[in-house]
Amino acid sequence: MENVEKLILIRFGEIHLKGQNRPYFENMLQRRIREAVAFYEGARVSRHDGRYFVRGAEHNPEVIEKICRVFGVHSVCPAVQMPKDSFEDICEMACELMKDEKGSFKVHARRSDKRYPMGSPEIAAKVGEAVLNANENLHVDIKNPDTRLEVEIRDKAFLYSKVYMARGGMPVGSNGKAYVLLSGGIDSPVAAYMTAKRGVHIDAVHFDSPPYTSARSRQKVIDLAKLLTDYCGSIRLHIVPFTEIQQEIYEKCPDEELTILMRRSMMRIAQAIAIEGNGTALVTGESIGQVASQTLESLASTNDVCALPVIRPLICFDKSEIMEVARDIGTYETSILPYEDCCTVFVPRHPKTHPKIEDVRKSEENVDFAALEARAMEQATFMDLHLGDSHEVEQY
Amino acid sequence: MIYLDNSATTHARAEVIETVNDAMQKFWINPSAAYAQALDVEKALDGARRTVLRSIGGAQAGTVVFTGGGTEGDNLSIIGAANARRAHFNHIITTAIEHPAVLRTVEFLERSGFDVTVLPVNEKGCVIPEQVAEAVREDTCIVSVMHVNNEVGSVNDIAAIAEAVKAKNPNTYVHVDAVQAYLRVPVELAKTKIDLYSASAHKVHGPKGVGFLFIRKGVKLDGVQLGGGQEMGLRSGTQNVPGILGFAKAVELWDPADNDRMRGLKEKLFAEISSRLDGVRRNGPSAEESAPHVLNVGFTGVRAETLLHALEDKDVLVATGSACSSKHRKVSFVLDQMGVPESHIGGSIRLSFGIFNTEDDIVPAAEAIASAVTLLRRFKAR
Repeated sequence: MENVEKLILIRFGEIHLKGQNRPYFENMLQRRIREAVAFYEGARVSRHDGRYFVRGAEHNPEVIEKICRVFGVHSVCPAVQMPKDSFEDICEMACELMKDEKGSFKVHARRSDKRYPMGSPEIAAKVGEAVLNANENLHVDIKNPDTRLEVEIRDKAFLYSKVYMARGGMPVGSNGKAYVLLSGGIDSPVAAYMTAKRGVHIDAVHFDSPPYTSARSRQKVIDLAKLLTDYCGSIRLHIVPFTEIQQEIYEKCPDEELTILMRRSMMRIAQAIAIEGNGTALVTGESIGQVASQTLESLASTNDVCALPVIRPLICFDKSEIMEVARDIGTYETSILPYEDCCTVFVPRHPKTHPKIEDVRKSEENVDFAALEARAMEQATFMDLHLGDSHEVEQY
Repeated sequence: MIYLDNSATTHARAEVIETVNDAMQKFWINPSAAYAQALDVEKALDGARRTVLRSIGGAQAGTVVFTGGGTEGDNLSIIGAANARRAHFNHIITTAIEHPAVLRTVEFLERSGFDVTVLPVNEKGCVIPEQVAEAVREDTCIVSVMHVNNEVGSVNDIAAIAEAVKAKNPNTYVHVDAVQAYLRVPVELAKTKIDLYSASAHKVHGPKGVGFLFIRKGVKLDGVQLGGGQEMGLRSGTQNVPGILGFAKAVELWDPADNDRMRGLKEKLFAEISSRLDGVRRNGPSAEESAPHVLNVGFTGVRAETLLHALEDKDVLVATGSACSSKHRKVSFVLDQMGVPESHIGGSIRLSFGIFNTEDDIVPAAEAIASAVTLLRRFKAR
């Protein structure tokens, strides 16, 4: 057979639903897919007739894996493209693709070329018959097949039997920009991932407390941000020195309010950085009741300093559910490295679980937060991390 | 930079670096090859072997096998002896304050069926020879005792321990982990009953990835790393010729006068720290009883790890003995064993000296420590 090509066929999800804005989302998604496969020399991305195609990479599993991480993609199928005029050839190819399969199967056909001489049910039936005759280990099951062979008649014919489910969502960059407070723990990377999944571009803010935290704990946060680039694309990571603020709070404020005052200061700084960078929301990994600073009253108290919306994707997740996502996206192993929290000095013995906003505001008057926070922001540094940087993170 | 972590590793001497470089150019032929050209390399290795043997007063008493470092020498001694003699000897003795290279190895053998006795140490961090002898049984395969403890610098009387063990059971092997002690606390192995003595090059300003194990004549070990049979079958694998020659160079250049100089610096540093701060405690043995290069100091009201990072910011590099995490506040097992009080144990750091430390390091180091401790004490955990 001539003009047969192996390629990757990409089906997309929610952006189908977009009306007038659909081209905007489609172009954005195409750009994201192009970035994701850029590491593979020769891979070309095109869009046609409601599908994206990656040519020049055959069925390379790494390319497929990377595309599966692009938000907005519904599923990825290693497919064969061939001319559609000879139906015999199509049947022959179908038999070839199915020759090693066992158990039940069905053929599903789709025809966007309505001039094609056969209707979809007829195509499915004929191809199915050919496959059944060629492979004695197969039988037909329309309802629950082990293998589903897809035949799509478009400008060419496309055949595939394997479908890799991607993560859905919306292409990153299609829904504005938010700033995640990235701590180095398990939760905040998951929160960043989930927000990016809705098409939000993510930048990150990390608070660093040397000498209470070490160079390794800072590196861990950088590594987490690198791992997130697989899903989020480029991330600008801001690192804010926070020791002085913690020390001032410690010396001048009630012990049981240390954490809540610290959180408020962090939110104020993150918000200022976000506004400066044209971000329109903050993201945190908070979950109701997980720790003292995440009771509803504590959340109200930290929320009190924010004018920007605070996205809390994990707010109703159990810890075990968060850990499951962290494992799935590959940040868990790095998050549990034991460098974080080597500072116990600034953790109150008995943190307030039901802080009153008025009390907290009053305590805040003891410290010149405006000046301290301005200085911390002046001393803050940032680094830009890009898609592909996850390769630099060693995980065992 | 003021480097006070020479027990972790040392900066190689310039002559050592040059020797390694030269060896990579001139002695790259495989020393085991059959052609005549390999003989020069083999001879160079044997020269290095004699140098090392001389440095421990071990000539005639036994030989040395070059290893990949201290951990490997410890593993080879203990696992090698256990494997060679497990038919009749099923008991191993060690002490509570050994390096993990010994402790993990002994635990490994315990899981495979050996009986293990772990002896406690006194407040100076030492084991008493009589106590060791008391634990020795008819089936004791090996006693493994460190010469100098890596955290506090306590010095065991290894000659007396070997003497006592052999008096009780002449068939029990005595292994000494001398990684911290080698060259700093001199030995004459021929005059002792020590059977196995392991050390590492990079602790004495040599290259990393090289060490040696002294083996007394008649001691039977099974090789642990198996292969082409190099190093008398005890350590297969083509020898690290540049590393070994660099090691020998470091040994040749070691000046015993440096030991006294380091001891002087150490005492001066302790005095300078003590004069600037209250709540300072010297952990472990007294000045005269300790190894020349290790000083362990506890400070009240600070956490060692935070102090370490505060000092790194001032370019003063030190070590903590204790790994810590907020959830499991593990304090140093060694310090705990020695009865260091709770008030000081969490704030204990190790300062260790090498040949490149000078008088000029001392006052700036003491000042850096004093100012960091003073600052951190303002914010101590309530």
